[in-house]
Amino acid sequence: MSQSSDEQHPISLYLKIWCLLFVLSTLSYLVDYFQVQGIVRWTLILVFMFLKAGLIIGIFMHVSWEKYSVKLLLFVPPIAILVFIILMAIEADYTYLNRLTFWQ
Amino acid sequence: MSNNKHTDQTSSWQSAVSDWSADKETFNMPWGKLMMWIFLLSDTFIFSIFLTSYMKVRMTTTADWPSSSEVFALTIAGNHIPLVLIAIMTFILITSSGTMAMAVNFAYKGDKSKTFYLMILTAVLGASFVGMQAFEWTKLIVDEGIRPWANPLGAAQFGSIFFMITGFHGLHVSCGVIYLAIVANKVRKGDYDKKGFHIVEITGLYWHFVDLVWVFIFAFFYLW
Repeated sequence: MSQSSDEQHPISLYLKIWCLLFVLSTLSYLVDYFQVQGIVRWTLILVFMFLKAGLIIGIFMHVSWEKYSVKLLLFVPPIAILVFIILMAIEADYTYLNRLTFWQ
Repeated sequence: MSNNKHTDQTSSWQSAVSDWSADKETFNMPWGKLMMWIFLLSDTFIFSIFLTSYMKVRMTTTADWPSSSEVFALTIAGNHIPLVLIAIMTFILITSSGTMAMAVNFAYKGDKSKTFYLMILTAVLGASFVGMQAFEWTKLIVDEGIRPWANPLGAAQFGSIFFMITGFHGLHVSCGVIYLAIVANKVRKGDYDKKGFHIVEITGLYWHFVDLVWVFIFAFFYLW
């Protein structure tokens, strides 16, 4: 059937990704352990998060080997989520400023 | 077909256009796999909305947000270790994803026995994850007095968001454990010998997705 995802990959590939995920998780845990704060903390958390998500989606879920149509199906709709997050962040700022003004 | 293969490599867009415009099925995969992808896409929206609502309440609350590092700390052998239970849960879930990926690999090689044992191992790791979550919930409810509507440590929204998001994720893990056990048992009995082992990959997609959601919950709820 789908020649793309039936492709065989050596077990060693999965073991390597597994190790990488372990290392990345440890690194993101260490961000908290050493109490890194502020913009460095948020940047590191996001970088490790996106690397882990990319490895899981790309290798474990085999998306790297899927056809372009499938990638479009999976990655175009979530753009709506991104827009929604931005809208809600703007809205949240507004609510917070109002609460500061009228509650305190 | 060889010509088609050639265009796949030259331009991704051309392959997408030919998939959608040619007189054939657009998505060249077993229907169950496509349906699982569409289900996971809808699940992505649900979890994204939960995390967005978390972002919103956290940005708007004027009360102090509790430090998750301290709330989820444990004292093990006299040492106070921050966030350690969550770290262990993260490692367990990643390990279960690794065993699942290998189960899929062995399924396509036709090694039913290894597939069965790796899937059962995945299910056991998933069950232990849920067990630790139950422990975590008990600690927060009984020892810390956190409720969905109240939180003695600070912002009340912490309780609502915590129980909603981790509860929904835990429900997904629990369903996944049952799903894995059923499929693993059917693999062992030989139900898929004629149909092919795509079902193992489909189950794997669900399980990796549960792990993927945890990556985001771990980053945004526990570490942020």
